[in-house]
Parts: sequence; C-alpha cells; structure tokens
Amino acid sequence: MSLVITKELIAQHNLTDDEFKKIVEILGREPNLTELGMFSVMWSEHCSYKSSRVHLKKLPTTGPRVIQGPGENAGVVDIGDGLCVVFKMESHNHPSFIEPYQGAATGVGGILRDVFTMGARPIALLDSLRFGGLDTAKNRHIVKGVVAGIAGYGNCMGVPTVGGEVVFNDIYSLNPLVNAFCLGIAQKDKIFLGTAAGVGNPVIYFGSKTGRDGIHGATMASDSFDDQSEKKRPTVQVGDPFQEKLLLEACLELMAGDLLVGIQDMGAAGLTSSSCEMASRAGNGIDLDLTHVPRREPGMTPYELMLSESQERMLMVAKAGKEEECIRICKKWDLDVAVVGKVTGSGILRVLDQGKVVAEIPAKSLADDGPRYERPFSPPGYQDMLTNLNYDALPDVKDANAALLALLESPTIASKRWVYEQYDHMVRTNTMVRPGSDAAVVRIKGTNKAVAMTVDCNSRYCLLNPYEGARLAVAEAARNLACSGAEPIGLTDCLNFGNPERPDIMWQFVMAIEGMKDACEHFKIPIVSGNVSFYNETNGLSIYPTPMLGMVGLIESADKTMTQWFREDGDDIILLGATREDLGGSEYLKVQHSREQGSPPYLNLETEQAVQSCVLQLIRSGLVQSAHDCSDGGFAVALAECCMSGPDQTHGAVVRLTPGRQRIDSMLFGESQSRILVSAKPAQRQAILDQAQQMGVPAGVVGAVGGASLVIYVGDERSTTKTIDLPVATIADRWGFSLERRLSQE
Amino acid sequence: MKAKIHVTLKQGILDPQGKAIEHALDSLGFKNAANVRVGKYMEVDVQETDKAKADAQVKQMCEKLLANTIIEEYRYELV
Amino acid sequence: MNVGVIVFPGSNCDHDCRHVFQDVLGQSVQMIWHKETSLTGIDAVILPGGFSYGDYLRTGAIARFSPVMRAVKAFAKDGGAVIGICNGFQILLEAGLLPGAMLRNKSLHFICKDVYVKVENAATAFTEACESGQVLKIPVAHADGNYYTDPVTLAAMQANAQIVLRYCTPEGKVTPEANPNGSLDNIAGIINPEGNVLGMMPHPERCAEDILGNKDGKLIFLSLLKAMKVKV
Repeated sequence: MSLVITKELIAQHNLTDDEFKKIVEILGREPNLTELGMFSVMWSEHCSYKSSRVHLKKLPTTGPRVIQGPGENAGVVDIGDGLCVVFKMESHNHPSFIEPYQGAATGVGGILRDVFTMGARPIALLDSLRFGGLDTAKNRHIVKGVVAGIAGYGNCMGVPTVGGEVVFNDIYSLNPLVNAFCLGIAQKDKIFLGTAAGVGNPVIYFGSKTGRDGIHGATMASDSFDDQSEKKRPTVQVGDPFQEKLLLEACLELMAGDLLVGIQDMGAAGLTSSSCEMASRAGNGIDLDLTHVPRREPGMTPYELMLSESQERMLMVAKAGKEEECIRICKKWDLDVAVVGKVTGSGILRVLDQGKVVAEIPAKSLADDGPRYERPFSPPGYQDMLTNLNYDALPDVKDANAALLALLESPTIASKRWVYEQYDHMVRTNTMVRPGSDAAVVRIKGTNKAVAMTVDCNSRYCLLNPYEGARLAVAEAARNLACSGAEPIGLTDCLNFGNPERPDIMWQFVMAIEGMKDACEHFKIPIVSGNVSFYNETNGLSIYPTPMLGMVGLIESADKTMTQWFREDGDDIILLGATREDLGGSEYLKVQHSREQGSPPYLNLETEQAVQSCVLQLIRSGLVQSAHDCSDGGFAVALAECCMSGPDQTHGAVVRLTPGRQRIDSMLFGESQSRILVSAKPAQRQAILDQAQQMGVPAGVVGAVGGASLVIYVGDERSTTKTIDLPVATIADRWGFSLERRLSQE
Repeated sequence: MKAKIHVTLKQGILDPQGKAIEHALDSLGFKNAANVRVGKYMEVDVQETDKAKADAQVKQMCEKLLANTIIEEYRYELV
Repeated sequence: MNVGVIVFPGSNCDHDCRHVFQDVLGQSVQMIWHKETSLTGIDAVILPGGFSYGDYLRTGAIARFSPVMRAVKAFAKDGGAVIGICNGFQILLEAGLLPGAMLRNKSLHFICKDVYVKVENAATAFTEACESGQVLKIPVAHADGNYYTDPVTLAAMQANAQIVLRYCTPEGKVTPEANPNGSLDNIAGIINPEGNVLGMMPHPERCAEDILGNKDGKLIFLSLLKAMKVKV
C-alpha cells in the first residue's frame, strides 16, 4: 500500500498527533492504512478506556465468590453447587439513536455473545433505557424502535428479558441510552477465556460472513454527535438473531468437548480486537490469513476486513488436531467456518492477504499499550446553582390526589407493561418474579437456588451530586435485591457520560467512581465487569451522568423469594426506616414544580445496611407477605404500587402518617432512602417490630391492606382529613395505561 | 433469468400492517390514501434460459414455499 | 412414555418441553434433530415453540421442509399423538397437518402475557384431564398468533368440535376483549378431525410447576399421559 498517511487521514481516524507519533515509535516506521485503521479502533475510547482506566482501577473487584473480574468478556461469580453466574452490561447508545431497531437489537446480540463466549448459557436479559419525553414524534419513534429491537433479538434467541428500567427525561432526546445486561449460568470448572495460548494452535473463524457493516463503529461510539450524525446511518450493523441462536448452540457444543483453548466474539473492532486481545492475553502472536475469511461481498480490502463489525462472528483457538471436529460442529449448525491462522510465539499480530503481509503490529501494543489519559477535572460552575434550592419558595402540596395521579402517570413511574409485554420474559421456564417488581428472579434448575437481578441508576441524583448519586445507585440496587429476598453477590456497570475532554464531565465521572467505590466497599459487593460510554453529547449538550448498575443477588432457598405487591386484605402495612425531608432531586419536584434541583436524598450506609439486613431477615423467617422499597415518587407512589402491581388482583389500603414539622409533600412524595414497605399478617406484627428494634431499624405499623381505595390520612389519630383518597381502579388505570396512551399519539 | 416476485395477503384478509400504515398516512395528511396492502418482494435468479421452463419453476416455488396460498396471493415477472 | 421433542434450527422452547416431561412428569425424552428421518420408538411428538429458521419468510414456512417432518406426517397419519406449541402450531399449519394459517397479531406487537383459555372440548387426548368449560390460565408469547381459516373450514371445525381452546375472560366468557391477537373465533388451540394432532398458541410448558406460580398447563400434559395410559 503506497498511500501516504496525511494529517487529514490521521484526524479522520480520530487519532491525535501524539498518538500517531507513538504508533510510529512502536512500529519503527509509518503505519500503512490498514495498520492505521487497526490502531485507531483499538486506541479509541470505546476499546482502550484511555480516559477512564486510571479511575476504574480504584473500584473493588475481588471477593471470595469472584472467579473472574473485569478484563474478560464478562465477570464470573460463584453461586455454589459447582455453578457460577456470568454477567455483564454494555451500552449501545450511539447506534440506537441512529437506527433504533437495529442499534438496540445488535446491543442485545453483543451482550449475549459476551456471556456465551465464556461458556455460559444465557438465562436472563435486562435493559436499562433512557429516552427523551414522549411528546415529540421523534422520541416516540426511538422508544418504539428500541423496544421492538430488543424484543426482536432477545425473543428469537429464546433468552427471556426479565426486567429492567425505563426513564424519560428530555436530556436524553438526542442521546438515548440503551444499556443491555445479560446473565448466564455455567459450570464453575468450565469457564472459557479469550486467550490464544499454545504456539501452533489453529485460529478458527466461525459464524456469519464478513461484510462492510459498521466499519468504524468503535470510533463512532467515541465521537460526539452533531447534526451530521443522521448521515452516518450506513455504519450501523444489522443483527441476525437466528444466526446468533445457531452460534450460541454451536459454541456450547464446541465447549462441551475437549476442543478449545480460547474463544472470543468479534464485537467492536471485529477481527482486529478479537485477534490482538486473545494474543496479548496469552503473551503470544497470531498469524492471520485474510484469504480464508468468509466474505459477503467481493472486493473487500484488508482494511475493511480487519475493521468490519459484522455481527454474529467468533474467533476460537482450537487445540491442534481438533480442527476437523470444530469444523464439523460449526457446519452442523449451518455456520460459515474457516481456519484463518495460527498462534505464534512472536507476540506479533501479522495479517496476510493472498500471500502478502498487509499488517504487522505487536499484539500487546494494540490491545494494552493504548494511551492513558489523566484528564483534568473540576466541578462545573453551575453546580451550586443546581443544588441550592429555596424550599420555602415552593408551596406545599394542595391537592395531593392530583399530585399522586400526576406522578403515577409520569412515564418514568408509570407501569412499563407496554414495554415488557413485547419481551418474552418467560421462555426457559425459570422466571419466578416477572418484570414489574423490585427485582427480577429466576430459579436455577437442578438446585434450590434462585438469582435476583436489578438495574438501577437515578441520573438526576447523579447530576446534582455525582458522588452521592453513585452511592445512592448502589444502595438502591442492593435494596431492590434485599426486597426480593436476595443477598448481593456482584455488580456490573455501564458508565454513561458526556465528553471526557471537558473537565466538568470528567469531574462527574471521577466523583461517580468514588461514590461507587465507597458504597461497594461498604456493602462488600465486587464489580466484576463493565463498560464505559463517553461522548454522550450532541451539539455540546451532555446527558446527565448515568452510571448504570446491574446488580446480581443470590437467594439460597428459592421458596423464600419475595415480591412487592400486597397479597391479602387485613394485612398490616409496616414501614421500615425513617422519613426525612428529602425533596431534592425528586420526581415530585420535576412533575409538580418543573425543578430538577436540590441535593439528592441523604444516605447513611450503616442505616441502609441495617434496613436491608432487617428485611432479608424478615423474608427468610417467613414473617412478611410483601416488601417494596420507596424510591421514585416516595412513600405514596410505593404504597400505590403495592396496591396495584400484583399479577392477579389489586388491593386497597388505609394508612395514617403523622407529621412532625415536616412538609406534607415531603412525607408523601419525598424520596428518603433506606425505607421499605412490608405487609404482614397481624399475628406477626410483634415479631417484626421486635426484630426491627433489635437491628436498630425504625419500624412502625402505618395502616392496613383492604378496601377498594387508597386512603392516606396525614395527621394525628383524631384527624379525619383524607389527604389522599382515590379508588384503586382509578390509580391502576392511570398508572397502567399511561405509557400506552402517550405512545399512541400520532 | 431473474424472477421478480410479489407476495401479498389475499383481498378480504385483514392486513393489520396495511391498516396501521393507512392510518399513519391519513394522520400525515394523505387523506386520499386508501386500501394499503403490505407484502413481500423477492428476487430470485433462475439458472434457466427457456422462459416457459423458468415460469413453471417459479410458479412451483411460489406454491410450495414463497406464498402461503391460504392467506396470500402472488404474482411475478421474469426478466 | 417416550416423548420426542423435535429440534429445528431456532427452536427455543425445546429445553422447556424436555424439562416438563422429564423432570416434572418423569417421562423419558429424546431430543430429535430436524435432520433425522425416523421416529422409531417414539410414543408422542412435541413440536416446541421458538423461531425456527428465524421466522424468516413466514413462521413455520421453512421448518415444514425439514427432513424430520416427513416422519412426523407419517407418525400422525398412523394415529400418533402430536402437539405443536406456538411455533410448533405454526409449523403444523404450514405442513398441512392442521387447517388454517397464522396472521400477524392485530396489535402488530409481539405479546407475552398470561391469557385465559376455555376448554371447549374436554373429550380429546390433550384435554381429558380438564373439565368441559374449564378456564385455564396459560401464557402466550408470539407475534403471529392471529389464526385464520376460510368460513367453510371454520364451520367444519366447529361442527367436529375441533376447536379445543378459545381465548376467554377469567370468568370463561369468550369476548373480543379476551382475544389477545385477533384470532378468528377466539381460537387458541385446535385438533385435526382424527383428534391426534393438537396445535395451540399458549405455552402450557411455562405453567406446570408450583415454583412458577401456576400449574394449569400441566393439565394438557397429564391429559396426554392419561390418554396414553401412563401412570404418573
């Protein structure tokens, strides 16, 4: 290749002058175009974590159950019985904005491959989605496309989408977030890693053919949007879930035999990343012959072949002599398959095409020696303006009924039934707790165990205080698991932020990492996998900092699984935890006063831990009938959800709250942390209160389940004013169909 | 020869996609758009130079696989 | 009993069907790859749900040409019991083992939720453990479950009591509101005139255990065992 590498070409590849100089230093010469392309994708933010790596190192990643921490395709955590769970969460934000259906679908495809590449059969998917408000046609189009894309892929794969969360805020209009979480189950001694060990072992390509899809997807994901973005459409990959289903079954069959040394999927940066990363992990090199790579289109150049992001492709290193068996299995599943190279001891990734060397780069320098930046960070000037809120200027709630209905109808709080009914959430017949409770729960066949999963992040809290916001996210995720009867065993993260080259964004990132670190260390929850998505900004406007967390918990005895909805009229309603005046950053302030301001709710990690331990204890000893944490919309919304979210029937409730000098709106709708609503048979009342007292957790009976209405008295025992009095049928309708109604606008 | 094949739902069979599209066109102001029918378009290269033979083959393909004649009808041209 | 679960490329409820017969009902199960040509030793055949061949072209359209389908047809012709669930039902329709065809759901969406079905004919090999008129809660999960057939065929099916399951309210009323997908005559499940081939859109294998909170689907399988004179 005689092409001269110009300044323009370097800039087009999103490489800085210094980065280019480093490449020349590594190679001892100027790179050719193929090599430039390979460096540009591997050294992109998306693949190299160049802005985040120095900070990510601070996170706790080890623990007695951790089998594999960050750095592989997914994290692995021991659940006993010789089994482990394999899980990870990943973003597909930019592609989902450009082409919502395919962007979301291939996001699901990618995270599934990350999990089954490790030798695990995927058994659950969750998604965390962020969209702009539903009053514009463009946003509705994105919502419908993303949901259909997730459904189209996950359903066809036969992996249930068992939960997730969807939040609406106009800040995400031009940067929607699609974060997909997948969990698989594997035998502890049958975990496969992405390593090219054993000089002389064959390197085998299998799956779909390579086309010109998504060339430079990895650099696109590391680039901010502008008005030209919609023209980038051709780089979006198209997913083929049927092909992936075959790939899944073929992989598991390959792994069942004694055939493989290592295996990795071709995600971002395709053949380049899979080959150099596998070689680098083993300290080896790979000779890759492109002549044999199955192709979909004629005339593809080495540059295109190395950078293509065609989906549903894998690279495996087989044991020498096992090639034929590997090929036979791939062919059984109608997959394209070819031996494309071999492992060498040179440490060099050498790429050949038709007998000619077209690229020759030390594997380690591509995979691990990318630039590292300690980007400057400082709090933005507007931070004080965000947190300083004069509550006295805000009148207390006058019509609490209207306020509650408005909250229940706000898309962020409204039932997500319209979304999850499009997902097959029951296939594989493990789903014990379906979408719509605090956490999703799947049983583990062949054991008495179950696994609970939740995805959480309140990005408004993170905007107002990224350190507190991240701590609150960890606390809420763990609380959701506790309410399901599960003990947290591991965490994966998906850190969505704006442009890290801006000190204010970098500050948000650094603070969020500190917050996650402190909370995870306190709760002893290891972070075993994750992903960073920067540059979520359009025309200079960044998303709220959104460090999304996917937390996994273990339920040792599946019959001790708990759900959030009331079960029986006559049951006591007991509130664990104390209500403070925490209106800052609440959904109530946004919906009623159009303010996204104030300080996020107060969080004391000891108190939080005590409340969680208490509810877990109550669930395990069979004392409670339901448990639901108070989060968005506060006590009143949590209570309403307990009344109406059950699968078969709704219940009324009559409750009395006694205010001190507190504002009434903060009692009803404030988002004080470390609070859980439980219901229980009156006969258990004393045992529950005693237990709580023993554990230092404030607890009190606030009312009883029953009737056809949700009634809340605010005042002492003599007060007869029903601050809230709404028929359950009304709240169930408003909450249940809000999303559907908003989405059906033309 | 290349066969250009159109498969559509038979007249009289409810076409929910067509209805949805018709509705959307209407709300976009295309008040005179009616009877939207959604179908599939397929191209098949047939290694055959004799038009009559190709025609017979394509007809078989449609009957056997490409269309479900309980609900769908098909038409094609050979070029 | 020896149950054969057919595995097409893209089947994804095959493991669930095996689990129910093997682990819940204690029967022996054989997974049969679609390229097999014989069903020797098999007492009943299950065509499981999923997305055979990605549902490309039409649901079930390509799977019906798999080699094993010739054996399934012969097996059914000899009176062998065949159950097609969801995608399995769609394949049975495309293969002509049952009359009719599937259209896209009226909502155009994939839909996954519990529905109620009324047992319209409790005198079949697949429903004899149910009461006539009994209401079962069973989940559906499909995008193409909108059953269609011509009026003549429909009348014949009605006359022969071939409509076995119909979508209904929890109280057992067959109403348009209870119909999740626009299916003709609220049809959720039908049998062939001989009564040995059942196709149904709801997934009974998803609700056959206490731990999943619902055992209604087990009645379909218990009926089959009863008809085959198998003690559980």
